[in-house]
Formats: sequence, C-alpha cells, structure tokens
Amino acid sequence: MVKHNFVYFFREGLKNMSSHRLMSFTAISMTLGCLLIMGTFTLVAVNAAMNLSTLANSNEIVAFVDETLTEQQGRALEEKLLSIPNITAARYITRAEALAAYTEKNPQEELFRDLDPGIFRDRYALTIENLEQIDLTVRRVEHTDGIAKVNYYEEMASGIITVRNVAAIVSAALIGVLFVVSVFIISNTIRLTTYDRREEIAIMKIVGATNAFIRWPFVYEGFLMGMIAGGLAFLLQWGLYAAVTGAVAENDAQRLFEILPFSRIWLPVLGSFLGTGMLVGIGGSMTAIRRFLDV
Amino acid sequence: MIRLKDVELEYENGTKAIQGITLTIEDGEFVFLVGPSGSGKSTIIKLLTGELLPTFGRVMVNGFSIMNVRDPQIPLMRRTLGVVYQDFRLIDKKTVYDNLSFVMRAVGANPREIKDRIPRILHVLELEDKMQCYPRELSGGEQQRVAIARALVNHPSTIIADEPTGNLDPDRSMDLMRLLIRVNQMGTTVVVVTHARELVNRFGKRVVTLDAGLITHDAVGRYVGGRRYG
Repeated sequence: MVKHNFVYFFREGLKNMSSHRLMSFTAISMTLGCLLIMGTFTLVAVNAAMNLSTLANSNEIVAFVDETLTEQQGRALEEKLLSIPNITAARYITRAEALAAYTEKNPQEELFRDLDPGIFRDRYALTIENLEQIDLTVRRVEHTDGIAKVNYYEEMASGIITVRNVAAIVSAALIGVLFVVSVFIISNTIRLTTYDRREEIAIMKIVGATNAFIRWPFVYEGFLMGMIAGGLAFLLQWGLYAAVTGAVAENDAQRLFEILPFSRIWLPVLGSFLGTGMLVGIGGSMTAIRRFLDV
Repeated sequence: MIRLKDVELEYENGTKAIQGITLTIEDGEFVFLVGPSGSGKSTIIKLLTGELLPTFGRVMVNGFSIMNVRDPQIPLMRRTLGVVYQDFRLIDKKTVYDNLSFVMRAVGANPREIKDRIPRILHVLELEDKMQCYPRELSGGEQQRVAIARALVNHPSTIIADEPTGNLDPDRSMDLMRLLIRVNQMGTTVVVVTHARELVNRFGKRVVTLDAGLITHDAVGRYVGGRRYG
C-alpha cells in the first residue's frame, strides 16, 4: 500500500492550480458566487425562522373579556380557552394590571399617568404553539362566549411566514442547482489539468501507480479551490451581512425585525462554506479524473 | 516469466491483430521481437502491460494472469515491468531527477530511497551530471538513457523496450543495445521490439519474428524473414 504523502500531493495540487491560473481563478470566482448566493438565501431563511419563533413565543393573542361579565365570570373562561387547540397558556389580566403594565411601558407619557382603570378591559393573554395556525385559533377564540374582541399582529405574522417559506424553498432549490453548477465548473477546470498531464498519468499507470496515487493531486487541487472559494465567500458574506444588518437597523426604527448578530452565527456559516466548498471541490475533481483511470 | 498461450486479439473494427500466438520467455532471457509494421509487435507489448486484453487465450506476466488479474492487482503486475518507448515519453516540465523520482513515489518509495537510488542509477547510465537538466536540454541518446533509467529505477524483473533505437543514430543505437545487454546480464529479462536488423544480427540473441499476427520464426541468432521490416 502506498503511504499517503500529504506534502507531495498538496504541492502537486498547488502546481496543478497554478498551471491553469486563469481557469482556476474563474472556477474559484464562480464557486464563490454560487456559495454567496446559497449563503445569502440560507441566512434570510434562518433569520425569518428565528423571527417567526420569537413572534410565536413573545407575541401573545390578546382576547378582551366582555364588559358585562364580572371578574369571577371572566376568570371562569380560562378552562374554555385552554381547550382550544394550539393554545398553550391563558393568563388573566385585570384592567388594573393592564393599566399598570401600560404606564410601566410608557413612563414618559404624563398624559396617561392618572388614567382610570375603567377605560381598560379585563383580558386574556393567550400563548399559541403554532403561529401558522394563528388565523384558525383566533377565529375559535372569537367564537367563545364571553370574549368580545381579539387583537393580534396578523399581517406581521403572515409576512414573516411568507418570507420564511419563500426563502426556504428558494434556498433549497438554489443550493441544489448551484451545487451542481459549482461541481461542473471545478470538474471542467480539473479536466483541463488532467488533459495537460495525460502523458504523466499514462506513465504513472505504466510504472504501476495505483489509481488512488494518481487521483490524489487532483483531489487536492479541487479541495484547495473549494476551500479558497469557501473562505473568500465567508469573508464576503460577513461584509454583506454587516451591511444588510446596518441598513435594517437604520430603517426599522420600531425594531420589528430582529437580525441574528454575525458573532453568533459566524462559526456555522464558516463551517458550512468550507464544508460545501470542500464537497464541491472534491466532487468536481473525482468527476474529472474518473475517465483517466480506466486503463 | 512471460507466457502467451494460443493468444488471439481482434479489435472492435474486426481487425485481427494477433491470430493465435504461443510464446514463452524465461526469466533472464534477452529476446528481440521483430516484424513488419502491423505484424502485432506493439499489440503484444500492450497485452503484456495489461493495456489490452486478449479475445482468446492466456497471457501470464511474472506470475500474474492478465485475464484473471483484478483491478487493484494491475499496478502490482506493472511494477514487475519497466517499459522504454521509442519517443522516450519523458515529462518535459520535470528535470531528469524529477522524471525518475515521480515514478519511485508512484510505487511508494520513501524520500530516502529516492535520494539514494537515483544518483546511483544515473551514475551507471553516465548521466550523473545531467540530473538537474530538463529533457529538452539533452540529446536523443541521453533522453533514451533517462528513459531506461526510469524503467530500471523501480527494479523491475522485466524490461520491455518498444523500438528504443528508433530515434537514435547508429552509434547511439549500438551504445543503447550494449546497455540493455548489461541490464540483462544483471538478471533482468529484456524484450526488445525493433526494426534494426543490423543490431538484431550483431548480438546473436533469441529472435522472434512476427508477421500478420503470427509467429513465423523463433530462433537464436539472426533474424529470418523475406519481408523488409518497416
């Protein structure tokens, strides 16, 4: 068995790359572009999913209790509300508690300091499990006897769901297509190198080199191209992400959308880029070298 | 040992390159394989290196049966052979040293073995001062000697030389043949495919004559055959 000579194969891989500098540069650039598109859509999907889950956890449905009911009758509605599917918790809030919470949230607004709790209604804060079924849940709550009105951020929830779904579908499709495109580009570049070195390959075979020994320099070449593309794509993605985060922060004064800080996701992003780059590179080189190993 | 038994080879287009050849070459023998163009000489070499498989018959090379050898064993079988070509087939971008070292690496030699063995073999072939030269900086004779060094560097038990003197002048051809005789005297089996009838006659070795895919003559001494080789 031929010992794996890392330094030799690595050097040969580098030599291969430099023998077709322009083609290698093109392959790296194209792969980088593909990775960047895949990464951008994936990050959009990840952020949309995160916002959706935040919304589901923190944004409760507020169900106002009919004013004709006494507090005791109002509190008795809890069991009925909890029996509605998709509702995981129901917290009764009296008008006095509602006023206290309101003034606490808006301490600067002097006007509301001495409000009469009578202008607020008793209410339930309902926590739901699945935000995608919010419309159905709201309809069921509205039809509950003793509930006068329901408030929830309908548009925001459906907007985020749409963004998440579109981003997930587009990124899944793009990942598939761009992965194949990247493999094809790297494969063609390495095919050029194998063509250039066909005489060398033929001699290696005739002196008894194993297919693995012949294949390794080309695998390293693909690996290197994939890793370079992955590394550069990570840096560009970082810059792009920072720019988008800045732009969103500037335009979203109400902080409706939360964007994951890059410091929390850089490691999985780097790992994904390098991993995908490596897979693309090795896949491309294996495809390219296969037919040279027939004899 | 090399043994061909009732070997036939027909190409996909219907051309019969070999039409039933039986031939045995014992270990340590020196054999000239001669014949006109298209007689099947090169096909026999390809059969011996495993580049072609016979359509009928058996080919044994140094203990490996070409018909039954599995893919992972082909490199092992080829390591028992050293092949020298008419056009040298040296890698232009590599120095003489690197042309030899890469074939040693290919069979798993370690760097120390490579450093030890290459200068010694280049010394034997009087090429030690050409170690860092590129093939284009060498004469035809020197390039062919590098090709022989490359064939010998992995210590094969058999050397197969396909028209090794085809690109050399008569003096260089004679030197090369003497070199191959020396290699043979050290115990290596040598099979030389050639057109050079003068060389064949001069050395008094076994001569196997092929014509139209058949062996027409097999004897020690001079070649026998009416057709002019070409």
